[in-house]
Amino acid sequence: MSSADTTVEPDAVEAAEVPVVDERREALLASLVEALGDAVVGSHIRPLDDLWVRVDREAWPTAAATLKDMGFTFFDYLSAIDWLPSPYGRDMDAQEDLVVSGAEPKVPGPVEQGYAGGDTRFQVIGRLYSIPDALGVHLKTDLPDDDLRVGSWTPHFRGANWHERECFEMFGVEFTGHPNLVKLYLPADFQGHPLRKDFPLLSRRVRPWPGIVDVEPMPGRDDNEEGDGE
Amino acid sequence: MTDLSERDQMAYIAARAADARVNIDLETEGMTLNLGPQHPATHGTLRIVAKLDGEQIISAEPIPGYMHRGYEKLTEVRTYPQITALVNRIDWLGSFANEVPFILAAEKLMDVEAPPRAQHIRTILFELARIANISLFLGDFGLQLGALTMGFYAFRDREHVLNQIESATGGRFHPNFDRIGGLKDDLPKGWIADTKRAMVKLRDLCDETQTLMVGNEIFQARTRGIGVIPADVALSYGLSGANLRGSGVDWDLRRDACPPGLVYDKVDWKVWTHPDGDCFARTWVRLQETREATLIVDQLLDSIPAGPVMAKVPRIIKVPAGEAYVETENPLGAMGYYVVSKGDLVPFRVKIRTPSFNNISIVPWVAKGVYVPDLVAILGSLYFILGDIDR
Repeated sequence: MSSADTTVEPDAVEAAEVPVVDERREALLASLVEALGDAVVGSHIRPLDDLWVRVDREAWPTAAATLKDMGFTFFDYLSAIDWLPSPYGRDMDAQEDLVVSGAEPKVPGPVEQGYAGGDTRFQVIGRLYSIPDALGVHLKTDLPDDDLRVGSWTPHFRGANWHERECFEMFGVEFTGHPNLVKLYLPADFQGHPLRKDFPLLSRRVRPWPGIVDVEPMPGRDDNEEGDGE
Repeated sequence: MTDLSERDQMAYIAARAADARVNIDLETEGMTLNLGPQHPATHGTLRIVAKLDGEQIISAEPIPGYMHRGYEKLTEVRTYPQITALVNRIDWLGSFANEVPFILAAEKLMDVEAPPRAQHIRTILFELARIANISLFLGDFGLQLGALTMGFYAFRDREHVLNQIESATGGRFHPNFDRIGGLKDDLPKGWIADTKRAMVKLRDLCDETQTLMVGNEIFQARTRGIGVIPADVALSYGLSGANLRGSGVDWDLRRDACPPGLVYDKVDWKVWTHPDGDCFARTWVRLQETREATLIVDQLLDSIPAGPVMAKVPRIIKVPAGEAYVETENPLGAMGYYVVSKGDLVPFRVKIRTPSFNNISIVPWVAKGVYVPDLVAILGSLYFILGDIDR
């Protein structure tokens, strides 16, 4: 671009662009809010990509049933997220890291939830899909720490059976109304919930990860963060 | 729905009759049959506990977990580029296809787009993984039903595809070739012509399968009307891939919701469905899909654009905070990664949605009331890879 050029800078053009509005997902969210009322406590739309809806814990099975009636008949998956920052995080468990970088051991940060917000450490997440509309929706709900119970989706989606069993053993979430809530993968006498953040990855405790060593600069290069690809 | 309730009723009556017989005269005592964990029909180590009354199955309960490797936990201590080496081992017959949705999710979070050439080659390798995976199914399903010849033919011709994958990526089974922002390397010299020749051989395999196996009367007797899954039940269980299309649901993520980073929209192709929902329908759909995949590869090979295969990305990859879900149509069905990032070198949480997990959870429903040899046909036609169930 020559210096005499007086047209608008490219950055300014981008800033002036109208933000993308995803009408289909906005409409879906509106009809969900209409159907569920106050039970919808949070939402997030990434235009032309995905929709997250956070509902009340009591409305968790109702939300699934409502969506099923709206054509979301394909059950995708169900799981949970533990938002507690890991006390055994990668950068915190390798002593070599501390030696190399000279850093102080970190203290776990506060619990921060992702899209559609949240109030508690554990969130259950599920996804339903509408094949005619080619539209998927993520549902989330908060579970209080002292009462990890939520209604089961199995009356509405048979596929939720195994997903809830997996979620039960991995996170300790109890699904009320589930016909056979027993461990799926783990032995029946296994103690603890492996996918919780405070469950240590024992192989890592025994033999710490080399950590920062595996991303040290290539010989003869002085770059730190920015490289030119491979 | 009437078929469904009638079928449930029949199974219930059979179960009650079996109970009654067990209780009244001990001659036809109920029996528990352990299928697996080391059974040829289980593609790994799946155990199925079947309760029998004579030859009829009253209930069948799959017990997974013999190969659980804890990938969802391991991803939390691996950097993003390291994770592709892990997820290669989920569905080990179509390894490259496992890497793609994860890489696409990371690219989505980073707002990086692979160059057109990389997207093209990525799609070709994705389809080659599908062909390698499903051609093994065609042979293996024959083996399970007693058609040994098909096994040898399929293993012979799958080798052509594996050779192409190997010469492009360096790994026959675990390429670990996809990168955030593109591919590790460009294609080797002469690869395009070799791949075209391989595709011709694979189409021959499809024709042979059609005449030898799918058109065979014994095969049809073993599969037609066996293990019927209606569309609404399939959707409710979250079945995907050929298992869903075999039940007449016209849904393919490659066509309906192709994520950016794959170029299926530039190809002229067709989604195959079959209305019957039985073992035959699922096999037939897979056979057509294999042939269709060779045609997709052929078209893509003709139109690879020039340019680099890697976008500009930092060498130390930190993914911005956010959540992304990317689902692609893998050889076994819809596979998705829900990636939660907190702006670190490692993901905060990765939920891996694997097709076989849902596909096999229908076994207790579909195996109720069938005969023992049919259970093998049903398991074979649902086509699961154990690594894909257990992760």
